[in-house]
Amino acid sequence: MPPQLLLAIAAILPFLGSAAVISLPGHARNAAAILAGSTLVACLACIGVLYPMVSAPGGSLVWAVDWLPTLGVQFVLRLDGLAWLFAVLVLGIGALVVLYARYYMAAEDPVPRLFSYLLAFVGAMLGIVLSGNLIQLVVFWELTSIVSFLLIGYWTDNASARDGARMALTITAGGGLCLFVGMVLIGQIVGSYDLAVVLASGDTIRSSPLYLPALVLVLAGALTKSAQFPFHIWLPRAMAAPTPISAYLHSATMVKAGIFLMIRFWPVLAGTETWYWIVGTAGMATMLVGAWSAIFQHDLKGLLAYSTISHLGLITLLLGLDSPLAVVAAIFHTVNHATFKASLFMAAGIIDHETGTRDMRRLSGLWRAMPYTATLAMVAAAAMAGVPLLNGFLSKEMFLAEAVDNAGEHGLNLALPILATLASAFTMLYSVRFIRQTFFGPAPHDLPQVPHEPVRWMRIPIELLVLVCIAIGLVPNLTIGPALAGAVRSVLGARTPDYDLAIWHGFNAPLALSVVALVGGVALYGVFGRRINANPRGGPWLMDRLDGGRLFERAMTGLVTGARRLEGHLGSERLQVQLRILFLTVLLAAMLAGAVRGLDLFAPGRATTFDPAFALMWLVGAACAVGAAERAKYHRLSAAIFVGGAGLVSSLTFLWLSAPDLAVTQILVEIVTTVMLLLGLRWLPKRDAAIPAPASEAARARRRRIVDLCIAAFAGLGLAGLAYAVMTRPAVDGIARWFVEEAYPQAGGRNVVNVLLVDFRAFDTLGEICVLGIVGLTVFALLRRFRPASDSLGRPKQQVSHDAYDAARAGRSPGDTAADALLVPRVVMTWLFPFIVLLALHLFLRGHDLPGGGFAGGIALTIAFVLQYMAQGAEWVEERLRIRPIAWIGVGLLVAVLAGAGSWLFGRPFLTASFAYWEPPLLGKVPVASALVFDLGIMVLVVGASALMLVALAHQSVRRTRAAEAEAERAAEREPA
Amino acid sequence: MELVLSLGIGVFAASGIWLMLRPRTFQVALGISLLSYAVNLFIFAMGRLTVGAPPVLGAGAEVVSVDDPVPQALVLTALVIGFALTALFLVVLLAARGITGSDHVDGREPGQGEPQPGNPHP
Repeated sequence: MPPQLLLAIAAILPFLGSAAVISLPGHARNAAAILAGSTLVACLACIGVLYPMVSAPGGSLVWAVDWLPTLGVQFVLRLDGLAWLFAVLVLGIGALVVLYARYYMAAEDPVPRLFSYLLAFVGAMLGIVLSGNLIQLVVFWELTSIVSFLLIGYWTDNASARDGARMALTITAGGGLCLFVGMVLIGQIVGSYDLAVVLASGDTIRSSPLYLPALVLVLAGALTKSAQFPFHIWLPRAMAAPTPISAYLHSATMVKAGIFLMIRFWPVLAGTETWYWIVGTAGMATMLVGAWSAIFQHDLKGLLAYSTISHLGLITLLLGLDSPLAVVAAIFHTVNHATFKASLFMAAGIIDHETGTRDMRRLSGLWRAMPYTATLAMVAAAAMAGVPLLNGFLSKEMFLAEAVDNAGEHGLNLALPILATLASAFTMLYSVRFIRQTFFGPAPHDLPQVPHEPVRWMRIPIELLVLVCIAIGLVPNLTIGPALAGAVRSVLGARTPDYDLAIWHGFNAPLALSVVALVGGVALYGVFGRRINANPRGGPWLMDRLDGGRLFERAMTGLVTGARRLEGHLGSERLQVQLRILFLTVLLAAMLAGAVRGLDLFAPGRATTFDPAFALMWLVGAACAVGAAERAKYHRLSAAIFVGGAGLVSSLTFLWLSAPDLAVTQILVEIVTTVMLLLGLRWLPKRDAAIPAPASEAARARRRRIVDLCIAAFAGLGLAGLAYAVMTRPAVDGIARWFVEEAYPQAGGRNVVNVLLVDFRAFDTLGEICVLGIVGLTVFALLRRFRPASDSLGRPKQQVSHDAYDAARAGRSPGDTAADALLVPRVVMTWLFPFIVLLALHLFLRGHDLPGGGFAGGIALTIAFVLQYMAQGAEWVEERLRIRPIAWIGVGLLVAVLAGAGSWLFGRPFLTASFAYWEPPLLGKVPVASALVFDLGIMVLVVGASALMLVALAHQSVRRTRAAEAEAERAAEREPA
Repeated sequence: MELVLSLGIGVFAASGIWLMLRPRTFQVALGISLLSYAVNLFIFAMGRLTVGAPPVLGAGAEVVSVDDPVPQALVLTALVIGFALTALFLVVLLAARGITGSDHVDGREPGQGEPQPGNPHP
């Protein structure tokens, strides 16, 4: 198998596994664990066998595909020494966490969800580590933030889990956005987003004027992710996650993503004063604050959380020092921290699982109940404290050596050895306290559960990790040596220093400091241990009042209430106010534009000859519009008729001014719109001028009307002026000429507007008919569950008197007179049906050459249907004619898309039209264009959508009657009983 | 002609905007209709006015000077979409009337407190 393929498989497999696991049923614990575990082991095998490719100096494996070619962004997987080391860490510890979680999680937890998130997280983390492209790296970076949100908030019914998840997301995703901008800046500086190119351009980046903003933004991402002071507050809150997740996120992944980023970009970003001050100070502060806070925690996981912060600070501090040896120490400590911290979290989880509490004040003497777990935890804690013969000792020695070597170079460094030793002593102190409180002392009493050793399988991950701690601690060169060397070489290249991973370096300053720290830590515990344990809240001395997390929560709450208050002051929920502001803004903007650029309304360049008939027609139109505005409140029917009149005038205007297509479509649309408005009228409440408005409202209403009138008048005047100014200027020779000239040669149509719609701009039209279909379905969906308000209109007077007449005569039943009165129109309308269908087909078929087309044909066909409803009533029509509008919509869309896709068969782009003329017998010459098929799709869809709306509205009356009948029957049944 | 049409557009737009600012949903629905007539005519007028020269070529398809087809094509789809918009608005206003019991655009009569959603499925 080619190595690139293996790499791609390793990168994709976790996501596939994630999708597979989430589809398992909620109780499938074993299946989920086996699937997740085997996915990770398979990935690990893929990465593992690639080791020879990256072990050679400068060796790396690259697999690239085009991703966003127009932006010059490729999707690149790049495996080098550093990426290999991190990938193994992520996958190896991931697999152990899966095994552990299988036995940790309770039977009632939906475990497949956990494993699915976990696999997705592994995939995102691998994505970061393997990214060979800056943009790609940021995408995976944000993915880890999002998935970690899901993981931390896994127990969704737990408020602190939700809060912790939200805080982690806010901080790390916010940092991720900064990182994105930073990466774009670096890409701009270098001229490429390719990681290999960027890593080779260190001097260009450091000398660029954009270096400072880029550095600050990238570090904002890295420091938030790796929980550096003052962004560390999210990490302790994230402890609300299930312990296996904490073990994973805070040892090998998530927080290490920030560290990875700093190591990755160390060759190009480090080496300046700014880097030293930001990274060094952040690391130092984090290390000390973390260690100090860890001392005072009573919760086992809280102690480990702050200890993690402190160790991350240590690694960051190392990266801040401008020394290649410090980078070696940082990478080494990253690996060591991952192993011992993962095992400690798992041990804490076992204690919690078996005793029911994590409070160190209640725990005591567990040595007797679980000697095996206790031994494992003690070894891991010793590794954390930096006790000799364990891996923690080696990297801590390197750290102290760097602290000593770099002392005096910068101002801050004078204190470096002292502060480093102090932090190490703190580490020793909390490690001793952790072990002493939990495993020694008197036998525990009133624990929630009787403690005992966990199941065998739950311990295996810890055993393996502790074994790694010891193996690295004893024979570093045989175990971690080669991989570490590969990682260091891939970062530092030619600057790789000579270093020695030996346990014994002779009596020297670092050893002395190490001894001071170890002894000092134990001594401090001896002196202060009792008082620390009695400390009531577990807040660290001196910093008790400074709770960053609470400050953050308060700031967020303030933000929300502030925004809400601002909205209350500046915004309104009332539509009228919103619309008024909208129109006023538009007016002001238009006036401003006019004032700035000058407004020359009267510059007559062209004019068509005045026609009194046209003016007269518009006099009627204007009267209709004003009439509609005046009547709409109390006389809805006449207002609807007036609007129809205005539409008619506008249709005639189109006809007059050389737009026959528009005229035809407008008049057809006008008919259906009016029918629809009439159908809707009956469900509106009675509004009578005789009903008095509240007196308190009268003055306000009058004022409002005056303001509205001014707005409307000014807007109308403005639009009129603008229209006049444009119309009297000579036409610009735009794209119109091209369309007119090419309509026949290229599309075989003589009706340019139709050719534009179905051929040149067919893709736009496809979008348009999609909208139409969606609106049709929305109307249908809204009306399906809709029970309209009771009919607001009583029965018309005519109907009442007709029914009374019928009831009084023998041989007549109510409704007969009304039916007789409408007999002639009804027969006419029924017989019109085939003719209107014919007209619709005619409009459609001639559309390519003469005014008409799919839109007009479709609406005409709808009118044919609606007319039947009006003539005979909904029930009569539905008994005889099954219109299935939804099928029409689907078929129309399908036909349109297929007509477009047909051009693929000929190797042409989507919706490329072709045409020919065909002469069948009788019909004469007809154009056969693929655009005609597309137009057919339009027509069918338009019929479906508009018929759907109208039928759905019309059908309400049937439902209403049926509901009334059913009600009457029920009442009749109840009567005899 | 230009003057007449531009005045007409102005009257349509003013009536439409006035209606859209009214409190009752039916008024707003008619207002949207009127405003869309005005806007359609406005867009159409951007292609300048021509009498008797529709963008439909003769039988021989010889290219002649015709009215600008581009604004016409834009307006044609706008007409159909405008119909869909009116339909959707009408249905929404009926549903809102059914649920809130009021045909006020805010779902409550002026002077009343919060909208009281009645039972939509009696």
